Amino acid sequence: MSETETRAGTSAARTEKPAADEKPLLKVEGLVKHFPVKKGLLQRQVGAVKAVDGIDFEVRRGETLGVVGESGCGKSTMGRLITRLLEPSGGKIEFDGTDITHLGTSGMRPLRRDVQMIFQDPYGSLNPRHTIGTIVSAPFRLQGVEPEGGVKKEVQRLLELVGLSPEHYNRYPHEFSGGQRQRIGIARALALKPRMVVADEPVSALDVSIQAQVVNLMDDLQDELGLTYVIIAHDLSVVRHVSDRVAVMYLGKIVELADRDALYTSPMHPYTKALMSAVPIPDPKRRTAKSERILLRGDVPSPIAPPSGCRFHTRCWKATQICTTTEPPLAELRPGQRVACHHPENFEDQQPQDTVLLSVAKEAAALVADEVLAESAQTSAAVAAEREPEASGEAAETEAEASAEEVTKKSASKEPEGK
Amino acid sequence: MTELSKTEAAVGEPTPAGGTPRAFLDVRDLKVHFPTDDGLVKSVDGLSFQLEKGKTLGIVGESGSGKSVTSLAVLGLHRLGNRGKNVQMSGEIWLDGKELVSASPDEVRRLRGREMAMIFQDPLSAMHPYYTVGNQIVEAYRVHNKVDKKTARKRAVELLDRVGIPEPAKRFDNYPHEFSGGMRQRAMIAMALVNNPELLIADEPTTALDVTVQAQILDLIRDLQKEFGSAVIIITHDLGVVAEIADDILVMYGGRCVERGPVDKIFYEPQHPYTWGLLGSMPRIDRAQTDRLIPVKGQPPSLINVPSGCAFHPRCPYEDVPEGGVTRTERPELREVGGRHHVACHLSQEDRSRIWTEEIAPKL
Amino acid sequence: MISYIIRRTIAALLLLLVVTAVTFGIFFILPKLAGQTPDQLAQQYIGKNPTPEDIAAVKRNLGLDQPVYVQYWEFIKGIVSGATYDLGPSTVRCDAPCFGYSFKDHIEVWPQLTERLPVTLSLAVGAAVLWLVGGIAAGVVSALKPGSFFDRSAMGVALAGVSLPMFFTGQLALLLFSYKLEIFGRTYVPFTENPSQWANTLFLPWCSLALLYSAIYARLTRSGMLETMNEDFIRTARAKGLRERKVVVRHGLRAALTPLVTVFGMDIGLLLGGAVITETVFSLHGIGEYAVQAITANDLPPILGVTLLAAFFVVFMNLVVDLLYATIDPRVRLS
Repeated sequence: MSETETRAGTSAARTEKPAADEKPLLKVEGLVKHFPVKKGLLQRQVGAVKAVDGIDFEVRRGETLGVVGESGCGKSTMGRLITRLLEPSGGKIEFDGTDITHLGTSGMRPLRRDVQMIFQDPYGSLNPRHTIGTIVSAPFRLQGVEPEGGVKKEVQRLLELVGLSPEHYNRYPHEFSGGQRQRIGIARALALKPRMVVADEPVSALDVSIQAQVVNLMDDLQDELGLTYVIIAHDLSVVRHVSDRVAVMYLGKIVELADRDALYTSPMHPYTKALMSAVPIPDPKRRTAKSERILLRGDVPSPIAPPSGCRFHTRCWKATQICTTTEPPLAELRPGQRVACHHPENFEDQQPQDTVLLSVAKEAAALVADEVLAESAQTSAAVAAEREPEASGEAAETEAEASAEEVTKKSASKEPEGK
Repeated sequence: MTELSKTEAAVGEPTPAGGTPRAFLDVRDLKVHFPTDDGLVKSVDGLSFQLEKGKTLGIVGESGSGKSVTSLAVLGLHRLGNRGKNVQMSGEIWLDGKELVSASPDEVRRLRGREMAMIFQDPLSAMHPYYTVGNQIVEAYRVHNKVDKKTARKRAVELLDRVGIPEPAKRFDNYPHEFSGGMRQRAMIAMALVNNPELLIADEPTTALDVTVQAQILDLIRDLQKEFGSAVIIITHDLGVVAEIADDILVMYGGRCVERGPVDKIFYEPQHPYTWGLLGSMPRIDRAQTDRLIPVKGQPPSLINVPSGCAFHPRCPYEDVPEGGVTRTERPELREVGGRHHVACHLSQEDRSRIWTEEIAPKL
Repeated sequence: MISYIIRRTIAALLLLLVVTAVTFGIFFILPKLAGQTPDQLAQQYIGKNPTPEDIAAVKRNLGLDQPVYVQYWEFIKGIVSGATYDLGPSTVRCDAPCFGYSFKDHIEVWPQLTERLPVTLSLAVGAAVLWLVGGIAAGVVSALKPGSFFDRSAMGVALAGVSLPMFFTGQLALLLFSYKLEIFGRTYVPFTENPSQWANTLFLPWCSLALLYSAIYARLTRSGMLETMNEDFIRTARAKGLRERKVVVRHGLRAALTPLVTVFGMDIGLLLGGAVITETVFSLHGIGEYAVQAITANDLPPILGVTLLAAFFVVFMNLVVDLLYATIDPRVRLS
């Protein structure tokens, strides 16, 4: 499998990863979470915030799955669902072969050891009136576990593990800086030797220099303890650094799920591409390359009434008629790269017969540089030609021509606006 | 002051004494200290920089480095509010030939919002929840312009339109909570620009926003600067943002400037170990490397107990390279190392170049 | 917004229903649960040495031997559409809203309440104006200069105001300014008859009551103001170049006082149900005094009536507060 190759290539520095064909640690199918919206005199339910609206993915043993997306895309809700801090409205969550979708509090007890969560806010998530010792040993008390050598010794070992001094045992959270508090949160999460850790924005509240310390710490702990991570973050640079695979979410859906390098070097979903092009690059020479940037129009639509068909079609510069009516399936177009798009980037068009751009798409395209459009048309054509050199080669070419034509038309129509 | 002129003269800064015209914004040896029960908080402790109109200065630093206090001090906002009752401030801030530190609070107030304006980090909390967005812009306009409400409203709608708010006349009457995050920041920018200020200070203008919205806002600030020709200060912790938008960069640490210079110098030939640390700490979206990040060890300094000598020495990997423990006893002066590039470091020029080219650059 | 008003009003009406149920429960069900027979209960409505006929009449009129739900229905019906009391020799018509009939004094409760309400209203409103002005002004000035001489002394006075009992301050003021110096009168005169006399007699009660409340309000305003003046939007207002006075009044005060609206509504609501101590100390014939008399005389119907009225005022003021909130804070209208 080419997928194994890529993974082996990128993770050579880490401990060996289990084979990809082994059963996944976490399997999620059709996961849904709707929060009811109540309104009016009788507080009747008039709709629902579709925070997570049917997502499928799996987390493999020992890997790091990064989940990115903008605020309101449902990534945090997803994190709380798979740790079962929230009750799913639908779908199925399987952890290590056990269905945990609707387990009650007592049923979840054993699972709580295996799955732990790290939160964003290193200030809010630690009780200010408890000592570090009490905080880190809380999981032992809650689970009624007596670690070897006693609780105190174990807690001190954990503090050392996360780079704090065992003498900190009797101190209070306010005596620590943000980075140290996040270490305390990590120590608490690791107390029961979990197998999977879900981290929701673990470093976004920290300063850059401290952020790097925590990222490295999490990396080391993964190697040392064989942890599986699901890291939810809005910072695409951090996600690129820490993840083996990355899921991109938009309005409650996964739009693209791929191996890290494939995703960052040749994103297929236009949203992924726009998202990545928006990240400011710390390299002043790239500034002249502003044309690479894809500016998206307006804001993310409301998750109460998401757009029909493909949810991105209201802001996508490639949207055609089919995008408004048919939701594209999350299909594995390339090994290890699943995309939900009718007209993917860096790949052959899935709906080549549908070429008429929507008017919103034309407006959106006005914000995209011509070079980007041309390049995207070329790569798509190249991929198509490569994949099907015989019969359908012609079709691909015409498609490329059509796109190229569209570009020229667009730049022609853009000129009068330009002044 | 005399000492200051000497150092500045030594590094060849254009000073009024030398007959060269003063920069549009010229901050000299600015110190802002807040007395507290725990001790004197030296938020800004001897900061100098210049900025011309039409240029953008990026001030980079971590929390508690003094970058936000600097901007508040320029606007004279540091002494308002509960914290600023006994604030001690010294140094000079020259804005367009006027000195602001010695000016009366009312003189500074008159400049505020008109000649210098500010954009804040979190537009939701920075706007008053009880007044409509439009009325808050109108208020900003009418403070400095004697016009009737109708004219002011027209001006506000015009600006809302300029910053890219659809249906500005309708959105005028919305409350801040009815705007999305990106829209709010646009409205905030409209409010800051309503009097055509010549100096615009943006304090973490995009930190609370999503990355696609951030791109829109940075684009907007850049375009507006071209259009209005104002001087812009962007305060941020994100090196990506400054690389994108700044002409000059000032790196702050422990209330002082450790390095400043043109953006290319800071990114391609940085000379201060802290700047190296920042660059090494940062995961890069544009690189496929899977190596470890190179963090700065330890914690940021307390502004009450700033370490002796070079404030960075407890975290500096090259602390012992200069001889005689000078890093622990003497505060390094900010010296020019060529081409408007200044560094405050005890390492010799040769050591810095060697360490950068041999040790740091290859790992980035 | 309209939906919000309707929703709040309906909620208030429901709350009133609950309040009547609870009041009814306290007066009619609790004694039963405590083991009182209807006869014993009826006896309490009459006074000493009742005749069996009297007891029978009370039992009949209040339905004390009926099932609980019938009693409650009669009780509610009385309030809404009035009731007729059959007192053996004569019948008494108690018009709606019938808040009960005192079998001891042979008099309806409602007219007594309406007669006394203006006194209580005058007292409460006058005092409220004083304490709002005094308390908020002191609080704002304290908050703007925390730690200053004014702040320390104002908060010292406030502490004294809260801790000194009304019996003490009221009696002292009465003794000094009314009996000794004879500046203020002691007999209540309705506003409609002679406004200046009205103010003259009420001045001392107002001040005594206001001292207590302004102390609380000064502290609340101070803390609210201190918090608000640290908000980001205050910094924005200053960054616009607004004068500090405008920043405080237009931006600070409005946000700082919002939580005070809640407290004020509750306080006024409670006071309208009778400022018991003030009325007693200054011998004002208000609702509070009526309640005290009824309690001393062990006359249940007036107590029930006052309780109901007080509950009504509290619920009503709550509604007013909710609606005021929505006008002040546009974010409330959303939910």
